[in-house]
Amino acid sequence: MKKLIIAVTAFGLLALGSLSVQASPQSDLKAFQGYFKKKFPKIKFDDYSNGLYALPEAADRRAEWEAIEEFPPYEIDIAKGKKFWVANKLGTCFKNGGQGIAQNYPYWDKKTKMVRTAELDINACLKRQGKKAIKKGKLATVTAYFFYMARGKRIKLDLSDPGAIAEYEKGKHFFWAKRGQLNFSCANCHIGGSGKRVGGNILSPALGHGTGFPAYRSKWGGLGTIHRRYKGCNKQVRTAPLKQNHKTYRALQLYETYMNTGLPLTAPSNRF
Amino acid sequence: MRKSSTFITTLGAVALMMGGMATAPQAVAVGEMPSKKVCKSKPKDPVVAGGCIATDRKKGNCMACHSFAGLEKTRLQAGNVGPPLVAMKQRFKDKKKLRAQIWDATKANPQSMMPPFGRHKILSEKDIDLITAWALSL
Ligand code: HEC
Ligand code: HEC
Repeated sequence: MKKLIIAVTAFGLLALGSLSVQASPQSDLKAFQGYFKKKFPKIKFDDYSNGLYALPEAADRRAEWEAIEEFPPYEIDIAKGKKFWVANKLGTCFKNGGQGIAQNYPYWDKKTKMVRTAELDINACLKRQGKKAIKKGKLATVTAYFFYMARGKRIKLDLSDPGAIAEYEKGKHFFWAKRGQLNFSCANCHIGGSGKRVGGNILSPALGHGTGFPAYRSKWGGLGTIHRRYKGCNKQVRTAPLKQNHKTYRALQLYETYMNTGLPLTAPSNRF
Repeated sequence: MRKSSTFITTLGAVALMMGGMATAPQAVAVGEMPSKKVCKSKPKDPVVAGGCIATDRKKGNCMACHSFAGLEKTRLQAGNVGPPLVAMKQRFKDKKKLRAQIWDATKANPQSMMPPFGRHKILSEKDIDLITAWALSL
């Protein structure tokens, strides 16, 4: 127990880069993925894309989950998303018609000077055509189709621009900082706590976060975006959640997704 | 799942074995959580009252992270983020130390996952006193 705590603390400091040595995203990535490799030596790298179901601790839940994935509840949403995508000629706004590019999202855009998500680009495309922006469930459905077109592709983000690094640093800070009345950081639950249970809930490793989003959750009764999931995790620790598409959530998503470099996309997925 | 419940039961047994040493609260037997009904009746016994606060999801919610004796007889599911709360009297000879851990766990371990119940005013000072009394009975 003690050893673990010390290791986690040391890792936290290292990854926070609060020491004089400036940590680069590349060295953060190595430390981050190395931590999980050591903590769960039996989990195969690609399996992290399955969220908490990759954990040996969730073995009994995995069978049930796999059975659901045979006839996934989100199948109808993929069809709906595709229909909307085609009807609104969304492919015209994306590279390669939007096929097989989601693994590069989110990305830093020099022109608009912001981290852009798939959701943002979909709505920008609608706006360009003089159409109304979509929100919530509908936006999650169309985004799910966009990710579905890149299923299996490995995450690869471009952080070469200083603008991207600055946002990455903000996201990293948000991930590691304690907050809320209950005083939790994301890292508390999804790094140090990963594989443990809080009440009946098993905590997923942060490695794999986002690979399955938009995701279907029976709690939601439908698909939701990654930002919706972030809101849920903020509320749990009694902190005010941010709005979806908030700058800080986009930075957080950039950080979390970059930490998943090399993992295959599984979105949309069925998640607890 | 199976494994953890046997684990908790074992802990319960351990606690029962040591029960002779601890002073049993009046309204509930050692190794038993106070029932909802007992809690609603505003129990006077600090150990019983503390147990009620400790197992209230909106208050202590201690079982989210710790297992302890008595839980196996309830529907509450214990987490395992923190160590099991057993043999507390032996391990916490100084009551103040135990109270301090509950009041602000980040003092001993800045990265602790345990919420700082006193420092962040999650519980009142009185509630923390009661929980400390209860925890010492485990
Ligand atoms: C008190 C514990 C706790 C904290 C703090 C917390 N989470 Fe979670 N989180 C959970 C639980 C429980 C789940 C559901 C089970 C799972 O998949 O981990 C979850 C799920 C998630 C998921 C979905 C994973 C998947 O594949 O379905 C993401 C992404 C996530 N959290 C990100 C975050 C981020 C980012 C933060 C910080 C802003 C955070 N969490 C803070 C407990 C927490
Ligand atoms: C979200 C997790 C969490 C919750 C809720 C929680 N704890 Fe803890 N607790 C921990 C962890 C983790 C430790 C291990 C030491 C550390 O990291 O601070 C711990 C340590 C302790 C210790 C020291 C144990 C020992 O054997 O040295 C005591 C006593 C304790 N907790 C009591 C409580 C009580 C009483 C409550 C409820 C009022 C509570 N905890 C709620 C996570 C939690």
